[in-house]
Amino acid sequence: MKYKDYYSIFGIARNASAAEIKAAYRKLAHKYHPDVSKEPDAEEKFKEISEAYKTLKDPEKRAAYDQLGRYQSGQEFKPPPDWQQQYSETHFSFDDIDLSDLFAGLRGKQQHTKRDSRKIPIPGQDYEVTVHISLEEAYSGAEVELDLNMPEYDENGFARRVPHTFKTRIPKGATDGQRLRVPGKGGKGFNGGPPGDLYINIVLRPHSLYRPSGHDLYLDLPVAPWEAVLGATIEVPTPGGSVRLKIPAGTHAGQHLRLPKRGLPKPHTGEGDLFAIVQIAVPSVISERERQLYKQLAEGSAFNPRGHFEQEGHHES
Amino acid sequence: MKVELTEVRWLDQHYQLSLADLSALSGLPKADLLELVDYGIFVPIDPKAAEQAFHADCLVAARTACRLRRDFDLDTQGLALALTLLERIHELEAQLSDLRARVPGHPR
Repeated sequence: MKYKDYYSIFGIARNASAAEIKAAYRKLAHKYHPDVSKEPDAEEKFKEISEAYKTLKDPEKRAAYDQLGRYQSGQEFKPPPDWQQQYSETHFSFDDIDLSDLFAGLRGKQQHTKRDSRKIPIPGQDYEVTVHISLEEAYSGAEVELDLNMPEYDENGFARRVPHTFKTRIPKGATDGQRLRVPGKGGKGFNGGPPGDLYINIVLRPHSLYRPSGHDLYLDLPVAPWEAVLGATIEVPTPGGSVRLKIPAGTHAGQHLRLPKRGLPKPHTGEGDLFAIVQIAVPSVISERERQLYKQLAEGSAFNPRGHFEQEGHHES
Repeated sequence: MKVELTEVRWLDQHYQLSLADLSALSGLPKADLLELVDYGIFVPIDPKAAEQAFHADCLVAARTACRLRRDFDLDTQGLALALTLLERIHELEAQLSDLRARVPGHPR
């Protein structure tokens, strides 16, 4: 079993008062609670804080924790020989148990005996997991394999982390921020309690071409200056395959060309749209002949893209 | 090792949950859920129905409410305020994400 220093997590002394422990918890909980925090490691941090607080706020558990001895965080250790007899009537091996599970199951001798004799059904814990999928997977649906360490009760009612692997089907149309529920795939119950549920939070990985907004997609569409002026029919990639798109003559940079129903499928029916945003691409290297043609164009054209500057200047003077 | 395939359920407006289901799945007592209905946090599909039902996406907010209540010792009024502000943050994030998607050359 690996040691965790609950006091150093809170940055408090080992003889800190209950009020100091509560104050330290509140401060860190506000910073790292996964429902309100944007810190990148908020979930892991909050688990750590929550685990430490559950043990230290309970005088009996805190005394049991203090009696474990002092070690470095992460250091393998075994409790003193009489520790188990003193704090639990149930005998178990310390080898494959996590410190948090040990204290979660530790309810003092009296409470523990009472719970066992009554055989109260305890439901399994719910579990949340973030699944990253590609845009292509959101478009077509995907099977993902999940490797999870689920909390599970042993025959004595102690929770242990048990590795579980199962496949689940992410249905097409599940896009960024979509929540899905997998009934009965959380932790197993105890004494006949029902299993918990698994909750999946979908996160879409960035794509090199498309930027999603809900089920709509945005795509930068570079066109040559002459294609924008004269109009053209060009091939545009979409998640469902390339389509031919007519660029009208006189198309401006920044114009949104809508391709209906070419975005991501919606969960039950329909599809989002794809918007191609026109960008006038200018060649950085040109041949001598191209230079001559551009010069001819410059000399022969009356087009003034900054005409409105001059009009604005006249108004001001 | 045997790897079984399991199906998922959508948490969206296409599916409904009864008040009892919402309470059982979120861990939030029915009385608290009804108080949050009074605050306008959860809106029943038919407020006049004898047995209230909710869109399944309410479960996401109800689970958040349960966690916030447990971890911060919030009363229902504080909980309602926190949930309202979180909802506004989610709406603003969605708007920001939409605007970013519309900006050419902007990484997602």
